[in-house]
Amino acid sequence: MTQHLLEVEDLRAYYKTPVGVVKAVDGASVTVEKEEVFGVAGESGCGKSTLAKAVLRLLKPPGYIHSGKILFKGADLLNLGEEDLRKLRWSQISYIPQSSMNALNPAMRIKDQIADAILAHENWPKDKTEERAAQLLKMVGLPERCARMYPHELSGGMKQRSVIDMAIALNPELIIADEPTTALDVVIQRAVLQVIAGIKERLGASIMLITHDMAVHAEITDRMAVMYAGKVVEVGSTHDIFKNPLHPYSDALMSAIPTIEERRELKGLSGRPPSLLNPPPGCRFHPRCPRAMEKCSREDPMLQELSPGRLVACHLYGE
Amino acid sequence: MADTPLLEIKNLTKRFPLGGFLKKKYLTAVDNVSFEIPEDKPIITTLAGESGSGKTTLSRLILGLISPTSGEIKYRGKNIQEMLKRDRLTYIKEVQAVFQDPYEIYNPFYKVDRLLTTPIKKFKLASHGQETHKLIDDALEAVGLTPERVLGKYPHQLSGGEAQRVTIARALLTRPKLLVADEPVSMVDMSLRAGILNVLLDLKEKFGMSILFVTHDLSVAYYLSDNIIMLNRGRIVEMGDVEKVIKTPLHPYVRVLMGSIPLPNPDHRWKEKIELSGLEEQMGVRHGCIFLERCPHAEEECEGSMPELIEVEPDHLVACHYAPKSSDLE
Repeated sequence: MTQHLLEVEDLRAYYKTPVGVVKAVDGASVTVEKEEVFGVAGESGCGKSTLAKAVLRLLKPPGYIHSGKILFKGADLLNLGEEDLRKLRWSQISYIPQSSMNALNPAMRIKDQIADAILAHENWPKDKTEERAAQLLKMVGLPERCARMYPHELSGGMKQRSVIDMAIALNPELIIADEPTTALDVVIQRAVLQVIAGIKERLGASIMLITHDMAVHAEITDRMAVMYAGKVVEVGSTHDIFKNPLHPYSDALMSAIPTIEERRELKGLSGRPPSLLNPPPGCRFHPRCPRAMEKCSREDPMLQELSPGRLVACHLYGE
Repeated sequence: MADTPLLEIKNLTKRFPLGGFLKKKYLTAVDNVSFEIPEDKPIITTLAGESGSGKTTLSRLILGLISPTSGEIKYRGKNIQEMLKRDRLTYIKEVQAVFQDPYEIYNPFYKVDRLLTTPIKKFKLASHGQETHKLIDDALEAVGLTPERVLGKYPHQLSGGEAQRVTIARALLTRPKLLVADEPVSMVDMSLRAGILNVLLDLKEKFGMSILFVTHDLSVAYYLSDNIIMLNRGRIVEMGDVEKVIKTPLHPYVRVLMGSIPLPNPDHRWKEKIELSGLEEQMGVRHGCIFLERCPHAEEECEGSMPELIEVEPDHLVACHYAPKSSDLE
């Protein structure tokens, strides 16, 4: 069997709060292959950002990883020491946090911030970092003069592209991007997505793209996972998930997305996502599921492979 | 003469001072905008545009939250700037608002009920307690909520979708003729968003209410509206029947915009790449067309004068020197 680039196995990441343990990610399993854009979809609070942070072991207290395995090229990241992990971050796995474009240092020029990202992980001479910064800016379609600019001189899309530059500065094999285009205007969003797809092609890197926007998944991801209330409910090729959603939740999502392609009636879901403090017994979606059976309130469905690469966690399938 | 429109916006301009000591600088957020919402039948009109296009400023002007630099906003033929107290109260009663962040309008220390009883007291909509209850129950049911689910609760106990529905129910209490909804679903999760959009469609049908819907999301605009007004840097670049504007956009800017909307259909992905340089816009005073630098059809004419809105076909207007000349509407 070929090795996955990233394999997350039954990961549980929780937050300790005064009222109890919030099970933000509760038994999630996904794999990311080489040279693919892998999407993680789900609504707010489904655990997609926690999953991203947990993979990089960046969860800060009160968050912690309860159990599970995170294999990157076969090595378990959860067994690595802090120093080994630091070396691996950025040079092999980099991370574009949510709204990171607003976290650029306002008092530093873009090229110095890119240099900082490089120097924090590798020892490069100064002229080499400047050269690299210029090269990177060109790759994401920013004019060379941007290198000497300060963040306030750049538009949102330009800042986001500078942040992407920092993430790819050391040619990582995996880039985890959390909502990289949220809050950008559509034309700029398209440009940024084009840059992200270009990274896959030009650098041969893989991207784990986390976004709530289903249309973005349809545009650029190769495979995707749908999360609901801390669990992965469906995995498959993006094409299959959109054309033939298996899990009732994915199905409901598909009928709730408006599109300029056609005017069809949209259907919303009733109810609200469950509390992650006290998730309902059995399948977490059963209180809102239109096809719930008696078994669903008792037994939590396992993520099972129906056909190669097509996984779903629902009692409607299998057996 | 035709009937007086419900809302008539005429040459409306709003400039914000940008500082500057001796030579004042201004940002023109809304620039000579004119449009109408007819009285005869309820319609949903969408104000669409990217960030900085002036759509929120325009909706705030209409709500009377800020006053215009020049131009007129007429409600049933009366200029809202010149209204006397009684007319003004009617205006506030008949033109209601729903905003983006549903939690913002709640006071977290009070129960949800207070939000609903306040307008009833203020506008004396009910003469006794029983009538108040009936009004509230009816309004909540109209937005798809059961009274038991929300009454007696505190705002933090409601989900985003429920909180937004309650604010719509509040607006509904006064039986408004026009609802100004500024990005009411952009903070609501997608599975709940569809439900709220359907509530708005319902209100139009059941209560004969016109809606001015403000959004950056053209997919939502297409689903919901009858008419659409596309704004860019404070100016209307294209407007008309939503089917015509979305399906056969004429303005080069609107065409680029439409081509950049991600489609939830993996069979129709973006094929060609877009030019990355030159995407960044500049602010400031300008004489020519707003899309000048990036327009593939720009000519001398476009540099000199700002194009006026021209009706190219019924219910379809565009502000472009080039578009009406091009015979291919594709």
